Amino acid sequence: MSIVALSALDKRIINQLHGGFPLCPAPYRVAAEALGTDETTLLERLTALLAEGTLTRFGPLFNADHMGGANVLAAMAVPMARFDAVAAQVNAHAEIAHNYQRDHALNMWFVAAAATPEAVEACFCRIEAETDLAVARFPKEREFFVELKLSA
Amino acid sequence: MTLDRLDLALIRATQGGLPLTPEPYAALAAKLGTTEAEVIARLTALQDTGILRRIGAVPNHYRLGYTANGMTVWDVADAQVDALGEAIGRLPFVSHCYRRPRALPHWPYNLFAMVHAHSRVDADALAAQIAAVLGAACHGHDILYSTRILKKTGLRLVD
Repeated sequence: MSIVALSALDKRIINQLHGGFPLCPAPYRVAAEALGTDETTLLERLTALLAEGTLTRFGPLFNADHMGGANVLAAMAVPMARFDAVAAQVNAHAEIAHNYQRDHALNMWFVAAAATPEAVEACFCRIEAETDLAVARFPKEREFFVELKLSA
Repeated sequence: MTLDRLDLALIRATQGGLPLTPEPYAALAAKLGTTEAEVIARLTALQDTGILRRIGAVPNHYRLGYTANGMTVWDVADAQVDALGEAIGRLPFVSHCYRRPRALPHWPYNLFAMVHAHSRVDADALAAQIAAVLGAACHGHDILYSTRILKKTGLRLVD
């Protein structure tokens, strides 16, 4: 994926619209003033940044813990000869939200999300039965507050 | 706080993002059969309770040049891991920080922190800053870089 060159305005949008978006009837107009632009331009730039993939999303971000479901990180040590076949077996489960290859003996890391912890566990058990590989479960025991800003 | 039907409808309606129209909350209200004032009041309440983390832009790390995205993992003394986890979460380059169970004997790590940098050399330098904060309470660590995205659909609200 290519790295983009951004205009000064686009950089301000990405760096300053991290959070704190106004909760008022015309929030883009208020936010645009703070960014030194106008509502129409801000809406055009957000639309373009989303379309080109520089932003993956613009809007409310909810805490998954409150969204009525369970999600658990897990990992497997997959023999390289079977890696793509096992990835296909894991990804075939609708519960799997993300799956990454990582450079470690535990080389496949995925998150399963479902309505209940029992449904997540059942998904892991099915993956173990289908692949004949152990799934190491890493449920979140505690989340530490973070406030990341990636500057553009 | 218990979420009612309208809160859940609001979460579902905004999973794809906030409408990119001059009056986005009025647009949501029209879709959900309520008023703009009610949508704003609900979002304000959700934000006050922390269920709504923030409203804003989510950049694509890779497109901004943050191509080294490392999962740093640490074996930290149980008695100190919570206090140190708080300190690691406050570091400006950490995007997620969790305490998780160890999977012994092969996985001694109980603290996970995601870091984002422009190169692996830079990411290793960020990991060194984490190591300095953890000090003697840390008995070992590793950095796992993602080498391939196998699936990414994002977490969705369960129906």
